[in-house]
Amino acid sequence: MIRYDVLKEIAPILRPHLVVCNIGIPSQELHAIDDQPTNFYMLGTMGLASSIGLGLALAQDKTVIAIDGDGSVLTNLGTLPTIANNVADNYILLIVDNGSYGSTGDQPTYAGRKTSLAKMAEAAGCEHVVECAAEDTGRVLAEAIEARRMTVIVSKCESGNRKMPVITMDPVVIRDRFMKAVAG
Amino acid sequence: MDISQKITEDLVAAGIGFVTTVPCKQLAGVIDAVERHPALHHVPSNKEDEGMGLCAGAWLGGTKPCIIMQNTALGVTINSLATLIQFYRMPLPMLISYRGELGEPIACQVEMAVHTKALLAQLHIPAYHFHHQADVEELPRILDYTFMCSKPVAVLTDATFWGGY
Repeated sequence: MIRYDVLKEIAPILRPHLVVCNIGIPSQELHAIDDQPTNFYMLGTMGLASSIGLGLALAQDKTVIAIDGDGSVLTNLGTLPTIANNVADNYILLIVDNGSYGSTGDQPTYAGRKTSLAKMAEAAGCEHVVECAAEDTGRVLAEAIEARRMTVIVSKCESGNRKMPVITMDPVVIRDRFMKAVAG
Repeated sequence: MDISQKITEDLVAAGIGFVTTVPCKQLAGVIDAVERHPALHHVPSNKEDEGMGLCAGAWLGGTKPCIIMQNTALGVTINSLATLIQFYRMPLPMLISYRGELGEPIACQVEMAVHTKALLAQLHIPAYHFHHQADVEELPRILDYTFMCSKPVAVLTDATFWGGY
């Protein structure tokens, strides 16, 4: 399974919740699969999906799922200790780990070589870390939402992208409809 | 009232509820006061761009944010300011220690000080420079202005303002 297949499978699970989605093709794929006002698409700023998601989870009570990538987490590794030390039980960080920088031409990341993001999250102090095969992502995600405890999920999938149109929605529109959905 | 306490009370009075900080010696008193204030949720960041992500999230969640940081880190935040805070039009008060100004004992701090105002100007970020202690009286109006116009706004606080090193 590639990221697109994972997103397609978990879209019905994501739908009732607040989602912060990573820059580039991940946001384009999610937007094409199931655009929702509760989706916050990042159009830039690589690496900050997990930070935005944590700030959002700390500021209100609804469940927040940040969909991040292995390359993006590697660019903002300081996020893992911050998450670990500021527990928000309405927060789930889903790292779609395909071992590559998907939006830039599938160059390999270190997470696809020796580096384990699950072990790094554990070493950072995250108490509930689950590494799973791509096929199990839906089940693991649903269990984490149900348990309502902060969880980091590392979903190991294959490298690859679906050809998707760029998101042309204005960022202020994305932000405004998302904030209305948060407050609603 | 102690100046750090006054700044912290001004943040609360402006309706701010979420503060992220990356330490600077000059900001130690404010960071301590922020940590102790029951109305403020304080989340220390490891890096200033990470902090801007946290602030963006807090704002999306309905809480007014503030970042407290040193000017030497302005460079690492430029992409976050342009493509997140400004692109999505979010307000962000930035309380910044202005290292490298008069009284600075460390030469290297001057290297970013000379770029600080130029970078802020290049980014079209309104910037206020607190040099005398009385300048702090403008902080409540600067905070109101920030949330009125939904922009990042910088408050540069230099060594003279803080009473030396």
